[in-house]
Amino acid sequence: MATSPLYNEMFAEDRSVRAHYAAFAEWLADTPPARIAQNRHAADLLFHRVGITFAVYGEASGTERLIPFDIVPHVIPGHEWERLARGLRQRVGALNRFLHDVYHGQEILKAGKIPAEQVLNNGQYRREMVGVEVPGGVYAHVAGVDIVKHSDGEYYVLEDNLRTPSGVSYMLENRKMMMRLFPELFAQQRIRPVDHYPDLLVKTLRAVAQPGVENPTIVLLTPGHYNSAYFEHAFLAQQMGIELVEGLDLFVLNDTVFMRTTQGPQKVDVIYRRIDDDFLDPLAFRPDTMLGVPGLLSAYQAGRVTLANAIGTGVADDKSMYPYVPEMIRFYLGEEPILKNVPTYVLREPEDLKFVLANLETLVVKEAHGSGGYGMLVGPTASREERERYRQRVLDSPERFIAQPTLALSQVPTFCGEDLQDRHVDLRPYVLTGSDINFVPGGLTRVALREGSLVVNSSQGGGVKDTWVVD
Amino acid sequence: MLSRVASNLYWMSRYVERAENSARVLDVTWRMSLLVKDPALQGQDWLAPLNITGTLFPFSGRHEEVCAREVLHFMALDPENPSSIYACARQARENARAVRGSITSEMWEVLNATWLEMQQMDEERVQARGVSMFFDWVKERSHLFRGVTFGTMHRDDAYDFARMGTHMERADSTARILDVKYHVLLPSVKDVGGAVDYYQWSAVLRSVSAFEAYRKVYRDVITPLKLAELLILRGDIPRSLRFCLKQVCDSLGRVQNAQSGVTVRNAGKILAGLEHGRISEIFAGGLHEYLTDFLDSMQELSEDIQGSFFSSRTVE
Repeated sequence: MATSPLYNEMFAEDRSVRAHYAAFAEWLADTPPARIAQNRHAADLLFHRVGITFAVYGEASGTERLIPFDIVPHVIPGHEWERLARGLRQRVGALNRFLHDVYHGQEILKAGKIPAEQVLNNGQYRREMVGVEVPGGVYAHVAGVDIVKHSDGEYYVLEDNLRTPSGVSYMLENRKMMMRLFPELFAQQRIRPVDHYPDLLVKTLRAVAQPGVENPTIVLLTPGHYNSAYFEHAFLAQQMGIELVEGLDLFVLNDTVFMRTTQGPQKVDVIYRRIDDDFLDPLAFRPDTMLGVPGLLSAYQAGRVTLANAIGTGVADDKSMYPYVPEMIRFYLGEEPILKNVPTYVLREPEDLKFVLANLETLVVKEAHGSGGYGMLVGPTASREERERYRQRVLDSPERFIAQPTLALSQVPTFCGEDLQDRHVDLRPYVLTGSDINFVPGGLTRVALREGSLVVNSSQGGGVKDTWVVD
Repeated sequence: MLSRVASNLYWMSRYVERAENSARVLDVTWRMSLLVKDPALQGQDWLAPLNITGTLFPFSGRHEEVCAREVLHFMALDPENPSSIYACARQARENARAVRGSITSEMWEVLNATWLEMQQMDEERVQARGVSMFFDWVKERSHLFRGVTFGTMHRDDAYDFARMGTHMERADSTARILDVKYHVLLPSVKDVGGAVDYYQWSAVLRSVSAFEAYRKVYRDVITPLKLAELLILRGDIPRSLRFCLKQVCDSLGRVQNAQSGVTVRNAGKILAGLEHGRISEIFAGGLHEYLTDFLDSMQELSEDIQGSFFSSRTVE
């Protein structure tokens, strides 16, 4: 990966405005700062009022916070998006093929493309899923693929999220907010719409009901209103017109899932679940959970209900599996990957380990099974002590870690107080797979609000922006 | 619909209605306390709201004196008092939050905004704005919520459970207001027909927004008998017991299921008593006794509704 000066999405190297930002830049210059300030304040009030909040783990229970919203959009030219879209289609297609394969014929392992023990001994590999047929062979119905633009101007996939990716409600609400606050921006140029996402999602879920189910009953299974993403669960259920259920609302009888309604039990056909595998069924997985539904796994294995996403998708989005995704694309599709992978060092490999330990100050080291930006080391910004402490952790169990070069994430101007300053962003498009693959243009743009920071996670001081694909 | 959701909707509406009724009772008490009267009776006024809401016992556990300031704080702003307006706003919002997918975004926004504003309220601010302004605000938020519910909500079972909660709570509240007022205000012989008597009875009517209706219906001076008739037996007064029970029965009829037969029948029996009752008979047996029986049967009905629709056992 070549490194060159940071890539700025809005400004070219000579600080001239890039063509796809021209309309916005003009608007920014013409709009009185007072109006912008007023509307930024209005946005905060509206988000509070609408209750678009997330709960923060580790703080007093019930703490609800806003994700900071910035009004400068992340603009992507239409032709770049077309290429991204082709790459996403290809990548998620291959990942679904891979998941079907590892729970059936295991051809890719037999072909020696991926070390078998890496897959079969992975904690996310669910033996319960071996030989289970899922409708359409689809496992990851909703995939969130995190993408960044590096200083070389290329898009790189940072990670695949194939379990219960969240954040799509912010994508929808950010757009609604921008249209409400600054409608003139949308009149001036063609910004591709995103608000049909719930339609696409419900279409996807309907398409994966078990064969023979005419008019499937679809529900969204949430851990409940203390979960950090509860707002999103409620929002999506409402937008799709499906019931938002908790574990206690469901029960299994004769391998059939029912929900408890005021009119008696009603059969459930498709569960869009936002609960991790471990908590789905206390009889099969963690016994100490109240979130799931006893007997759900058995109903699922019997083919009486569809889970979206399927159980066991974690084996494909695990960071230790990430380096092999380009190989999956070649193996299953016979194509060259359109989206690049970030070069990744797998620390179970002695050579990689040696290199990484010698270059800690330039690398990002992550736990292979971690998420949310917790427990990672950003070499260049970490203190010497932090690096030394991390080195010890890596030495204790190297197989738990991977490392990547520090990416020079692209920057977008962002309001910090009254000033515009450049901040790093990433992009999470949501890819839906049912009878075919669908998405809305763009996705959720996350921005690292702290100066110089590369961590965009909302739990770590990240904010969000509207994402525009413009023609 | 989901049993849990039905329960949340029912309680969401009950808490909104409870907050409104507390505001009404406190507002009227406040206005009455401003009337000139025997200083020895000054504290008496402020016993009424505690009696109405059945919170005299917890109040006495934490406060020594029954006075305006203490009672107002306890019933309006005290987070520790589960029936305070503050706590009701929180509960209504929590119930709504648990069923955000089943109510309209406008309904959610009203309850969420109310709760956010409620958290900004403290004694100083309430006193500065004027106590009555605060009660008006509570009532307006409740009116707004009801209006938004009426104007935006899909007319399905969810709507019926929400409405059921409103009318169950309102019937309960009107009965309590009548009962306690009847005792506290029971006219001593020298006051009958006097100015104080007039203000006290009209205060009861105003607390349930029925003053104008009384005038229109009876075109006469306010008497306890007619007042009780209006608030118990009239079918066209929206806070009367009969009106509320009619609404509860209508809602129950629409959502009934295989287990709800007894519940529907019990509600129908209460309504029938109201539709065919005579106020003279009620007074002959004692108004207080009548209202006590009524509150007991409402409590039973609430448990019936719980058992028929909300409890998971019944549908498995």
